[in-house]
Amino acid sequence: MSLPDMQPDEITGEYQEHTLTYHDQSSRRIFVTEIETPYPDGHLIVSRTNPEGYITHLNDSFVEMSGYSRQELINAPHYILRHPDMPAAAFQDLWQTVTSGKKWNGYVKNLRKDGGFYWVYATVIPNIRKNSVVSYTSVRRKPARKKIEHYASLYKTMLSSEHSA
Amino acid sequence: MKYHFTVSPDFTPEHIPGWFIFNTWMQKALSEVIHLELYDNFESQRKAIQSNEIDIIYANPYDAAFLVREKKFAPLVKPTGKSDEAIIAVHESSPFTCVEDLQPGTRISRTDDPDVNMMSMIMLEPAELDKQNTQSCTRDTYILVAKDLIQGNADIGFFLAEAFHDLSKLVRTQMRALVSSHIRIISHSLLVGPRMQPLTDTLLTALTDMSSSSPAVLESLGFDGWTLINEEEMEFMIDLMDTLE
Ligand SMILES: Cc1cc2nc3c(=O)[nH]c(=O)nc-3n(C[C@H](O)[C@H](O)[C@H](O)COP(=O)(O)O)c2cc1C
Repeated sequence: MSLPDMQPDEITGEYQEHTLTYHDQSSRRIFVTEIETPYPDGHLIVSRTNPEGYITHLNDSFVEMSGYSRQELINAPHYILRHPDMPAAAFQDLWQTVTSGKKWNGYVKNLRKDGGFYWVYATVIPNIRKNSVVSYTSVRRKPARKKIEHYASLYKTMLSSEHSA
Repeated sequence: MKYHFTVSPDFTPEHIPGWFIFNTWMQKALSEVIHLELYDNFESQRKAIQSNEIDIIYANPYDAAFLVREKKFAPLVKPTGKSDEAIIAVHESSPFTCVEDLQPGTRISRTDDPDVNMMSMIMLEPAELDKQNTQSCTRDTYILVAKDLIQGNADIGFFLAEAFHDLSKLVRTQMRALVSSHIRIISHSLLVGPRMQPLTDTLLTALTDMSSSSPAVLESLGFDGWTLINEEEMEFMIDLMDTLE
């Protein structure tokens, strides 16, 4: 299943157009604004995917923060949230860690349906039953501002070296 | 056969009689002898679970993983419309207005309630506070946590939201919630152990009928009713707790 292109009438504010190509070779047009939605205090954004990274479970905070409806998210690939400012290496590290059975932690800038973004501190774990991975669970929480600043600049550097490579 | 029932030690003190009433109700519903054993703290309760002394438990979500995965307990129900949420409170005249105002060296007063402590520590992360750069003092009850705040012995206190709201008005109004959790997925639940699982169907029927058949018993627990938990839902909560651990 490939994701539909983002539509200009769904975007809030001034935007820039990009085309993202995902690991499964599908691609879509996205629109990106500079509008940040602050992470709400005391919330946890929770989701679970199947082993291929398609969303099977999510909570209300996920719906609220992403701007998508529950129907749009269920069975969608988790890369629906991928923001063009995120370097590929961050997600490679995520997948390498969880497929080897370990817990991954990291700071992630996510893309909203309205073109805006929100930063999270994410944990992803593989759910192992009878020695095989049956799903992955992720929980995001509110990151410290200083950490966001640090990772925003680190990811910029990583991204420019990925582009020049 | 005689069975053993226990309740997570974080119940509000007002509900102790309620749990005895519930146990009496349960014995009648099942025509079995069930002994209710209340433990003072999580550690002694865990020891009892570990040595297979418990057959049915109203459990803290933190213990659910261990009960289901290692001790083969099966989830039955959770109280309708209730989820476990945490509140970080400060003295009413505290200078702090948001989590980010808190500084390293913050003095924490808390109980040994594992899920509340976990949720509260997560809520401190935006201020870059953790175990290493804070000081914690563990109290037996939430009243004592409140006392620490009111007397200025601690800067912040960790509360189960329900326990915070159940404090007397006199105590509560001397404090203010700095931040509250909105997690919604985490809740206490009633689980049955292997020895008692043959009685599961009878018990489930009785529990789901309870709001019409025995509303007074529910009221004594402060619950509106019981909602079934399916295995899938329980697994999701356990995965969530695993992720946060
Ligand atoms: C449980 C789980 C949660 C994930 N959460 C996110 C997320 O919040 N944002 C995101 O961009 N990618 C997330 N990913 C990674 C995506 O699957 C994907 O690798 C990433 O968006 C990059 O897309 P690509 O791999 O197609 O290039 C998650 C993966 C898993 C298994």
